[in-house]
Amino acid sequence: MDKNISFNLKVWRQRGPKEPGKFVTYPMKDIPGDTSFLEMLDILNEELVNKGEEPIVFDHDCREGICGMCSLYVNGHPHGPATGATTCQLYMRRFNDGDTITVEPWRSAAFPVIRDLMVDRTAFDKIQQAGGYVSINTGGIPDANAIPIGKDIAEEAMDAAACIGCGACVAACKNGSAMLFVSAKVSQFALLPQGQPEAARRAKAMVAKMDELGFGNCTNTRACEAECPKCISISNIARLNREFIKAKLAD
Amino acid sequence: MAKISSVKPDSKIPEGPLAEKWTNYKAHQKLVNPANKRNLDIIVVGTGLAGASAAASLGAMGFNVLNFCIQDSPRRAHSIAAQGGINAAKNYQNDGDSVYRLFYDTIKGGDYRAREANVHRLAEVSGAIIDQCVAQGVPFAREYGGLLANRSFGGAQVSRTFYARGQTGQQLLLGAYSALNYQVNLGKVKLYTRYEMLDVVIIDGRARGIIARNLVTGKVERFAAHAVVIATGGYGNAFFLSTNAMGSNGSAALQCYRKGAYFANPCFAQIHPTCIPVHGDKQSKLTLMSESLRNDGRIWVPKKLEDAKALQAGTKKASDIPDEDRDFYLERRYPAFGNLVPRDVASRAAKERCDKGFGVNNTGLAVFLDFKYAIQRLGKEVVKQRYGNLFDMYEEITDVSPYEAPMMIYPAIHYTMGGIWVDYELQTSIPGLFAIGEANFSDHGANRLGASALMQGLADGYFVLPYTMQNYLSDQIQVKRFSTDAPEFVAAEKAVNDKIAKLMSIKGKRSVDSIHKELGLVMWDYVGMARTKESLETAIKKIAEVEKTFWSDLRIPGVADSLNIELEKALRLLDFIEIGKLMAYDALNREESCGGHFREEHQTEEGEAKRNDEEFSYVACWKYTGEGNEPELLKEDLNYQYIKVQQRNYKN
Repeated sequence: MDKNISFNLKVWRQRGPKEPGKFVTYPMKDIPGDTSFLEMLDILNEELVNKGEEPIVFDHDCREGICGMCSLYVNGHPHGPATGATTCQLYMRRFNDGDTITVEPWRSAAFPVIRDLMVDRTAFDKIQQAGGYVSINTGGIPDANAIPIGKDIAEEAMDAAACIGCGACVAACKNGSAMLFVSAKVSQFALLPQGQPEAARRAKAMVAKMDELGFGNCTNTRACEAECPKCISISNIARLNREFIKAKLAD
Repeated sequence: MAKISSVKPDSKIPEGPLAEKWTNYKAHQKLVNPANKRNLDIIVVGTGLAGASAAASLGAMGFNVLNFCIQDSPRRAHSIAAQGGINAAKNYQNDGDSVYRLFYDTIKGGDYRAREANVHRLAEVSGAIIDQCVAQGVPFAREYGGLLANRSFGGAQVSRTFYARGQTGQQLLLGAYSALNYQVNLGKVKLYTRYEMLDVVIIDGRARGIIARNLVTGKVERFAAHAVVIATGGYGNAFFLSTNAMGSNGSAALQCYRKGAYFANPCFAQIHPTCIPVHGDKQSKLTLMSESLRNDGRIWVPKKLEDAKALQAGTKKASDIPDEDRDFYLERRYPAFGNLVPRDVASRAAKERCDKGFGVNNTGLAVFLDFKYAIQRLGKEVVKQRYGNLFDMYEEITDVSPYEAPMMIYPAIHYTMGGIWVDYELQTSIPGLFAIGEANFSDHGANRLGASALMQGLADGYFVLPYTMQNYLSDQIQVKRFSTDAPEFVAAEKAVNDKIAKLMSIKGKRSVDSIHKELGLVMWDYVGMARTKESLETAIKKIAEVEKTFWSDLRIPGVADSLNIELEKALRLLDFIEIGKLMAYDALNREESCGGHFREEHQTEEGEAKRNDEEFSYVACWKYTGEGNEPELLKEDLNYQYIKVQQRNYKN
């Protein structure tokens, strides 16, 4: 059985994007180890509401590690100390009695704070809108088995496609680079035959949009890969660079 | 007794033989020419599989689409969490599948409470969905030869389920999201993220727009269009604990209901058999373990009551119980389908064993799903390849490795077959208002088969609605864009603001969640897996008490005209209370057991669901009759012309 723990929660509170933020410490008592991190925040919010105070605002939805909505910088790590897991998949049994747990929003110029721990990640959508697709309409498609795709290729494309678009890579990067995110989408399509006709245009358009939106450059620190809850490999960044250079040379 | 209307909703099923209805419909429906399409605006609420695929397809056809979602990005919609797969009658496995067989399995799986014509159309377009998704770059699982792989799902004897590891929903949604992004880039779709629809605006009897709240600023805004599409998913969160995402809600559907759209079969809710059991009162949701696990996992409880007692007390482990003392109750009761019986059957069988005292965890509300045999048969590596990510997920939550010890699972609310009533054209009883995906009352009858939700969502969005909507829009081409200054918009916005002001002014002592949990317990205990006349009457009384608590003791801190997460939840809870009542009324009215709806009074001697086709072979459509009044019941008769209706049999 999991034990109960008590700890101090140091949470970033910020009213709006232009307003100054500060840490507020909340003592937490007897939290069962099988409580998820977000359920622990629910417990705190319930207490705050019961006192008539405004709850801590944070993004969350599916609570099973797939929607990419939850974020949080926990003790200096995006999605907390667990590897290969999102914050909603983090359980309190990973912490110790008497700990101080620090919770901050994603910190990046491209992800402005909306309130408290909630940030604006629409920049990610804008990059995808610039070219993260195959330009086809609905209907008029040949049979799905008309294009055989090797199992290995399909698997590698799936590895890249597993990105949940949470933004942990940007938050982890000292440069605030979105290269892991962009490269995952570019790689998925670069690997598959369906992505070939637009490969050059896609790589250029997505990189250009990323630069325009204020994301930093990649300096190969690999922090993104280490913190990615879906373990997306930086070999995708190498592939993106190759696709990008190939496209530029062809200009 | 519910007041019954003599009006029969018109399902508008086309004439002709079953297999030709859809072809005939398409051949004769009205179309909108390209020059006119660009003058027509369509609001699509929701960006899940149904909403995103519809918005993208309508945009690609040339309409102007306004697409709304409550999350920060369309890609977050809860379709993303679907794990196992998507069905399609491709017969790639040469195992005897066909459009007819998929149609038949779906009607039978739905316990003969779905429309034949709709389900046949669904089966007909299923193959094109796979083609579409592959062309988008969805990385489905493949065989070494490069062709697509399939797996089996409950309720079928063929392998017709396409999958992308345990993340099929994610990959399909990202495919639809990419199609949506293409249209956004082209300027045909405009996205409104972090917006919540709070009302539908009706002008001269037709849906002409919505009122939505900007969740960041708190501002209530008006949006006009020539037609409105609701694609906001199901209402399973009425139970508080469910496999739905935290934000999933039934509010958009409920606003349509309050404006006159019929709400059909609300009591048909699916309880998924393989979820991680409830462990405490602080839990926020129940995590689903994919049905695909039942391909290789074997479900059991002990044969001996003393073994079950020891497991509950923690003095014995699963491995202490020898094979001969294990009761593989699904294999025992249903030899032909075994562990792959449909979800409603598997869920009830688990409940039956636990009610008899054979539960295996400390609460007595869990059964084992064991991979020991699969590992013996296939080796750990193969099992890891097939289910590795699901096993990791289970271990992270429970701290137990499914490679070492069996999983513990228990049923949980997962999907709602009921929803807004729609005709063959997916149009609700309000002209110009359409509903697709889980939000409509759907093609799943009283029970949905695994891997069919993704199929239906995408069928509606890619291949059905884009056709049928034109039949409506063809005579709207002369209609000029509506000004949002129209009195109907002003009135609707005022009503929303008044409602919000009323909620803010309660100033009680209870949080939204605390009241929602209360509602959830009432729903689970009295409107859950086994219902009786008494339990449902109790539920109606208890829901009224919850409602009273809501209006007298709710506390929402902060202000309305700003980001306010408690206000968002309160607005949704208000509608969950109404949905809870509807579910109870409908379940009380339906004096039979079928699919996900089990009335204890109506069962066979072997404990199987006993339908009453004489009296209940109809879609129950509930019509709103005003605040505080009981809704009126309209019956759409179901006529089976092509399938012989019989008792479902998964035994032989």
